[in-house]
Amino acid sequence: MNPWIFVGLFLVVGLIIPVGAIAVAWILAPKKPNPIKQTTYECGIETVGESWVQFKAQYYIFALVFLVFDVETVFLFPWAVKLGALGLFAVVEGIIFILILFAGLVYTWRKGMLEWA
Amino acid sequence: MSFWNDPLKVAADWLMGIFTGWGMPELLAQVLIGFLGIFILVALLMVLDIALVWVERKVVARFQDRIGPNRLGPFGLIQPFADIVKLIIKEDTTPGGADKVVYNIAPMLSMMSVLILWAVVPLAPTILGVDLNIGVLYIIAAGAIGTLSIIMAGWSSNNKFALIGAFRQVAVMVSFEIPMLATLLIPTILAGSMGTSAIVEGQTIWYFLLSPLGALIFLIAAIAELGRAPFDMAEGESELVSGYNIEYSGMKFGMFYAGELLHAFTFGGFWAIMFFGGYRFFGLEKVSPFLAIAIILFKAFIGYWIIMWVKYTLMRIRIDHMLSFNWKFLTPLAFVLLMVTALMNTLLAGTPTWLYIAGMFLSNILVGWGALEIARSYSRREREKVERPKPVVETAHH
Repeated sequence: MNPWIFVGLFLVVGLIIPVGAIAVAWILAPKKPNPIKQTTYECGIETVGESWVQFKAQYYIFALVFLVFDVETVFLFPWAVKLGALGLFAVVEGIIFILILFAGLVYTWRKGMLEWA
Repeated sequence: MSFWNDPLKVAADWLMGIFTGWGMPELLAQVLIGFLGIFILVALLMVLDIALVWVERKVVARFQDRIGPNRLGPFGLIQPFADIVKLIIKEDTTPGGADKVVYNIAPMLSMMSVLILWAVVPLAPTILGVDLNIGVLYIIAAGAIGTLSIIMAGWSSNNKFALIGAFRQVAVMVSFEIPMLATLLIPTILAGSMGTSAIVEGQTIWYFLLSPLGALIFLIAAIAELGRAPFDMAEGESELVSGYNIEYSGMKFGMFYAGELLHAFTFGGFWAIMFFGGYRFFGLEKVSPFLAIAIILFKAFIGYWIIMWVKYTLMRIRIDHMLSFNWKFLTPLAFVLLMVTALMNTLLAGTPTWLYIAGMFLSNILVGWGALEIARSYSRREREKVERPKPVVETAHH
């Protein structure tokens, strides 16, 4: 059997369990909503405005740096698997590849983008 | 071949005989058997999860010099079941301003992202959900769904605490995923495969001995990935009350809570699989598959216990410190270690075993020691910049 069928089944069962639990709770739990209950919780103080506003841009910078490194590591996985067969030449090539990406990290660092200011 | 040597195959063959006897097509029978097997595994995991609630509450109580649950049943063992009944019959309130669809999907995804990790956990030589040849990447991909569920929960709640908690947690999770990926590459290099069962089979020498620093970095990154203290940005109880799941109640909150506990246990298991030989323990795993399952669960429990120990001992770190620690220290260190491991592994390929182990171990220690020295001298320079030299003139006392 194709292993991915099995993974697909796992996804289905993995969803059935929490959906089932929440469904049982939904059937058994009392439902008495009122406007006070449904207000946004903010330690007893009435909330001002929506939360869907502009947020700190620094999160975006970190997400960008993450993306670069994440894609890099995906390229490194095939290299790591076949490293034993490829020998020293491939090791040196891999090291050069990592060092090039390090240049990106150093650039971000020198630009001050890793600071939480 | 008897049931005690290969229970999974015997049971599958038996069911196969029954189903095909009913005139079922073979593929459908296989899918049905797979479905049943997964269902049993997931059901057992949920039972384990309930036990973990008790373990966690009891252990945190002991850490804080309390007794913990002790009223229901012996040692309070029935307590988690009472908790579940309470969660089920508790009214589920949804804030008026929430994005309903996303708000309801998030807890399900949170639990699912943990459960599907067990598809690639090798429990015994013959008991393994599916032997994916890209198992390590699958672990990362499944973990990404967990990140997604946190940002969904925080965003859809339309609550400022939830949103701040979710943003911080996601920033930490994506940042610490980089050193985690780099350290996951080390077992991949050593085993020559991304499959989890191949990594376990390859560990005639535990990879902890070949890469102790890698194991340490993986543990730190895993704790950050789990969002547990000292990296509990998502909850931050003293400032964000409960963080991303603040607006959730009833079973939806229960899904986040149970998912977090099982996630911690699962990563204890992955730590054991990647660096401590998984189900291997000096040949004991060959005696019986049931013994192998007991060994891996025991190792996973030790990993889980260490994660708990760290959680209840250390204080929360500020987010800017945490991110600079990751990007300026842990990520470069993990990649330097990766390069050193790749180089040493190739250079020492033909040497005797003791030299290979000693070379790998010492290179790890050297890299770790060098990194600590650099960090120490850097922080000393920073501190001297801040601290003014003491005034020479003595001030008069009142």
